[in-house]
Amino acid sequence: MASTITSPASADDRVSARSLGARLLSRPEIGSLVGAAVILVFFVIAAPPFRDINNTGTILYQAALIGVMAVPVSLLMIGGEFDLSAGVAVTTSGLTAGLFAYQFSLNVWLGVIVALALSLAIGAFNGWLLMRTGLPSFLVTLGTFFILQGLNIAVTRLASGAVASNSISDMDGFGAAKAVFASEFKLGGVTIKIIIVWWIVFVAIAAWVLLKTQIGNWIFAVGGDAAAARAVGVPVKKVKIGLFMAVGFFAWFTGMQLLFVQNGVVQSGEGVGKEFLYIIAAVVGGCLLTGGYGSVVGGAVGALIFGMVQLGVVYAGWNPDWFKAFLGAMLLLATIVNLVVKNRAEAR
Amino acid sequence: MTTTKSFADDATTSPNTPIVLLEDVGKSYGNIQALRGVSLSVRQGEITCVLGDNGAGKSTLIKIIAGLHDYTSGRMSVNGEERHFGSPRESLDSGIATVYQDLALAPLMSVWRNFFLGNELTKGPFRQLDAAKMKRIAQEELTKMGISIPDLEQPVGKLSGGQRQCVAIARAIHFGAKVLILDEPTAALGVNQSGVVLKYVVKARDAGIGVIFITHNPHHAYLVGNHFVVLKLGRVALDTHRSEITLEELTTEMAGGSELEALSHELREINPEVVVDDVQKGQEGT
Ligand SMILES: Nc1ncnc2c1ncn2[C@@H]1O[C@H](COP(=O)(O)OP(=O)(O)OP(=O)(O)O)[C@@H](O)[C@H]1O
Ligand SMILES: [Mg+2]
Repeated sequence: MASTITSPASADDRVSARSLGARLLSRPEIGSLVGAAVILVFFVIAAPPFRDINNTGTILYQAALIGVMAVPVSLLMIGGEFDLSAGVAVTTSGLTAGLFAYQFSLNVWLGVIVALALSLAIGAFNGWLLMRTGLPSFLVTLGTFFILQGLNIAVTRLASGAVASNSISDMDGFGAAKAVFASEFKLGGVTIKIIIVWWIVFVAIAAWVLLKTQIGNWIFAVGGDAAAARAVGVPVKKVKIGLFMAVGFFAWFTGMQLLFVQNGVVQSGEGVGKEFLYIIAAVVGGCLLTGGYGSVVGGAVGALIFGMVQLGVVYAGWNPDWFKAFLGAMLLLATIVNLVVKNRAEAR
Repeated sequence: MTTTKSFADDATTSPNTPIVLLEDVGKSYGNIQALRGVSLSVRQGEITCVLGDNGAGKSTLIKIIAGLHDYTSGRMSVNGEERHFGSPRESLDSGIATVYQDLALAPLMSVWRNFFLGNELTKGPFRQLDAAKMKRIAQEELTKMGISIPDLEQPVGKLSGGQRQCVAIARAIHFGAKVLILDEPTAALGVNQSGVVLKYVVKARDAGIGVIFITHNPHHAYLVGNHFVVLKLGRVALDTHRSEITLEELTTEMAGGSELEALSHELREINPEVVVDDVQKGQEGT
């Protein structure tokens, strides 16, 4: 009897090793990749300006504006939470840097650093409150969304007397900061904004962290089953707070791009509704809204789809009203695909 | 099963000090007192079996030792030191590994990622996951348990209940340094795998590990246990060494002891058909 238990003859021959193709098909981002290819072909045919290589830089720029934030929002969603304050937090960061540097007549970089500290603190606050209260992240971040939206407008009006921050374009450090966050260069005749480069770097790093490091393993685990993760020793609270702080970091980065691309002025009412675009990018990219499954690369492809559709509609000469309807349909389609994927994965 | 019978023969009390010692421990969830005045000692090289009805408080007891819950009264010492575990990490770091009744596996994560969750192996200056090594070890440990999962990349949610149980057990055995806690590990297992688990429990004991083994099956308990603790409504109803009790006595004690005797007496006195009728009526009434 003992021999039957331990002998290798007990190897199960009912399961054949999965082929490379099958493995590829089970990746979370595969649906969005197929979608992106279809949309690319569609607009290449339907919108002649889409074929112009010079417009590629513009499309990528639109994608990167959403894509940078889609990186942490995807990670957060895989970790089982989402952040409705992510859109206005970008504005908060830009305003903080601008107003701080201007009001105290300091080097622009000091404002940039203060904005970073504040953005990280907002993320930490969201995460801490969530873990402390046990409320769903929908409610907690809805609260911070309104707080930040209100503060953005109120504090800006108090400080500058207007609805936008004062221009800091002639202050010390502006040129260097602009070079880092909002410069552009030519690549074979195509104008490439620096944020596109940053976006690619961020996606590569985050994808590596998610798939190849311990932290990444923990992100999947806290989103998949927080109680199970805690039971085997994963510091669930730290991981979740860390994820919200990552959202804070990228909100800061996007906020700095916003500030320096617009000659040092940020409109205080900006950013409302952007949080949904980040979430859409993540969901279209295969992240499960309920957590535990998804990919950073998928979120990037989701942002790329966003950029292609937004400009494709314009290049095709259609009324831009169609864009939102198209986006909504994409979201529904992606959600259904994800649901099927999840059911297949969980079915025994 | 003749081979497993001999497991308990060399089960003698070791005189060493307990690794985990509970004295008069109580735990309440709000107004529910799940545990009251429970004392228990886990010694190196001993298997302590905890038995009891559903809801008796067995899982609550091990969750205290595993660091999932803190106790509300009494005292727990680990390695002679009084401890209040703030998280399962602290318990794990004290060398205590647990197989939970609900297994604590993330369904959408792959087998090998679950196996090493919280204890990932890394390599290189960037502390990258050593996936190849982790897959190899997970495969080895699972093969030792007699189950083969050919594709360790598949999500745990796709495995059968018994396979998942084996993953959880293999993981705890691999990481359990001093104390191994098993909450009903054989509940979902077939005969072969149950035998393997029992063998492992004995192997762990022989390696000097203190084992807490929770089960509903007095036969399994009696095969391997050195010490038996029966919980009833959150209290210790019986705490005895193996030399002081027979399998029959243990079974009776678990099933409710004297209450069961009274019940069987009653049942014998009345016509079985009538009993069935009565029970059905009683259920309709409530
Ligand atoms: N998180 C909780 N909150 C409130 N009450 C709880 C909680 N966990 C357990 N209890 C209660 O504590 C008592 C003991 O539960 P426990 O899970 O320890 O029983 P058990 O002996 O493991 O039962 P089983 O054999 O069914 O696993 C039960 O009455 C249960 O309802
Ligand atoms: Mg239990």
